[in-house]
Amino acid sequence: MTIQFNDETFRDDYSFYNSERAIKRFPFPFHEDSYMYSVNMEQHRGGPKDSVYEKRFDVDEHYVSEMRDRAMVLADDPLRCQSLPHMTLAGWDLLELIMVSKSEDYPDLFELHRDGNKWRWINKPLGIDDSFVFLDEATLPYGPMEYITRQAQGDFCVLDQRDDNLWMDAGMVTTQADWSLDFDIGMNFFEWHAPVPLAHEKGIFVRALKFLLNIQQGAPARRLNWTMTVNPLLDTSPENYHKWGIQKTTLTPENIGAKQHLRVELQTFFRLPRSNALVFPIRCYLCSFQDLMTVPKWGRRLHRVVRDLPDELATYKGFIDNRPMMLDYLKNFDDGLPTSAGIWPDLETEPALET
Amino acid sequence: MSKFTFPESIRSRPIYGTLEARVGPAHLLVADAHGAEAILDVATPQMMEKAHIIYIPKGEDYEDKLRALKPASFYSGPSYPAAEPRLRKALADAKMGLQVYLAGTEGLMGQAQNAAMAAGIPHTAIQTEHRGSIARRMQCVHCKGITEEVETDPFVCSHCGLNLFVRDHYSRRLAAYQGVRVDAEDPGNVPTPKGIYE
Ligand code: HEM
Repeated sequence: MTIQFNDETFRDDYSFYNSERAIKRFPFPFHEDSYMYSVNMEQHRGGPKDSVYEKRFDVDEHYVSEMRDRAMVLADDPLRCQSLPHMTLAGWDLLELIMVSKSEDYPDLFELHRDGNKWRWINKPLGIDDSFVFLDEATLPYGPMEYITRQAQGDFCVLDQRDDNLWMDAGMVTTQADWSLDFDIGMNFFEWHAPVPLAHEKGIFVRALKFLLNIQQGAPARRLNWTMTVNPLLDTSPENYHKWGIQKTTLTPENIGAKQHLRVELQTFFRLPRSNALVFPIRCYLCSFQDLMTVPKWGRRLHRVVRDLPDELATYKGFIDNRPMMLDYLKNFDDGLPTSAGIWPDLETEPALET
Repeated sequence: MSKFTFPESIRSRPIYGTLEARVGPAHLLVADAHGAEAILDVATPQMMEKAHIIYIPKGEDYEDKLRALKPASFYSGPSYPAAEPRLRKALADAKMGLQVYLAGTEGLMGQAQNAAMAAGIPHTAIQTEHRGSIARRMQCVHCKGITEEVETDPFVCSHCGLNLFVRDHYSRRLAAYQGVRVDAEDPGNVPTPKGIYE
């Protein structure tokens, strides 16, 4: 299908919106009525038609506007994109992975023509048509990682693998849930996860790392993570927290349905062929509470998850102060009926809200 | 001065040990303020014959005692930045097997450790021991400026002036902890500063 790209903003007037289609395919992150950290990883081998799992790198209606927002963030703060010197080859690996995947998965939007090392890349939505020499940095306007991730939705961490650990040695991070690449660059898996509550004690990171170290080329994996964001703000960085933190206090019972967004990250993991690095794309999807409530199953479930979430997680995710107001809103969408297993909306089979 | 026991913390926070004399062709000892005590404890006449001590007194009175150890080379300087060129030269000239001993404040050890790693000294040849002030070297996550010797939480960023709270999240690359605006969600409501571990 051809995609209609929204003309929208993720800052100032926040004209971001989700179409009917975007709501139906939103990656709702709760497969049951409660939530706790777990090693929730599965193979990334496609998924239901038109779902966000279907393609290797999902492209949706927000693509063009998200790339515009990324360019603005980078103009304000170039430290959001960094690559330690030994990571350039991994950057080329990533460029190849994204170009090949997108041109195969969306042939009407992207084209890649290869003649040996002479490559031509056409990105129709962004109006790009560049010819360059693969592995020759001088032929691109940016380093390879920066070049391609200015054209791909979501953040990207590129992890070097050595000493049985992963090292955050490169990244493009402009849509993050409140962590700093500039601070974390060079850290290992346990160090950058240090601030996360409860998960270390549960042994989750030890098991997760073991899984990641064994990911093979051509066999990517994925998981979902989530948090809460007031206003559809992509750049919830610590760098700018002194500016956006105040927005959390603007919720009222009247505006909460429109302003409060569930923020979901589709995280995938790919082994890169030449560098043996691992790339970790973190794709952010936003959906307002009022749009989520159009799916009766999600309304019931979100209320129960938010209500029963341990305080440590609500604090870490930064919404403990707003939780009472969220629950006052969400309880109107929970009639106590049971919900079907799994994350999908099940609109045909789940009952409408009983009032 | 008694040694401070740091409370258990998160995984990015460094853990310091107790210096022990190791066998090696040369010994580089870097300390500030009360870190001198750790050097006095670990020094042996044999070690001192092949030792280079770099010391930053910060107003403490250990210089004569350190000199009395008769190290092969001794330097006392006014600040870490002032001492750094000399430290880098010592590291660049290092022979295989050099033993590095760092003692004193976290800020000094973190920065000197970075210099040693950058010079290719294996981390197994670098020892650390915390002594003296528990002040932290802090990076402001907003303006990126470093404030040295932070003793209270919250504190004022010495570059941009924001009131920052002191996180335990630590970056080895920056040799600093992270500071984040404390009153972002309630401007002007800054808690009364207290000691970091109080
Ligand atoms: C190698 C790829 C990964 C990278 C680069 C990465 C990076 C991060 C970062 C930067 C944070 C924020 C930490 C902070 O507060 O400063 C985070 C949070 C977290 N990560 Fe990972 N992570 C990776 C893989 C995983 C995996 C495989 C798991 C599996 C269980 C996991 C579980 C978590 C959890 C539970 C959180 C807390 C999220 C929340 O509550 O919002 N991570 N991760």
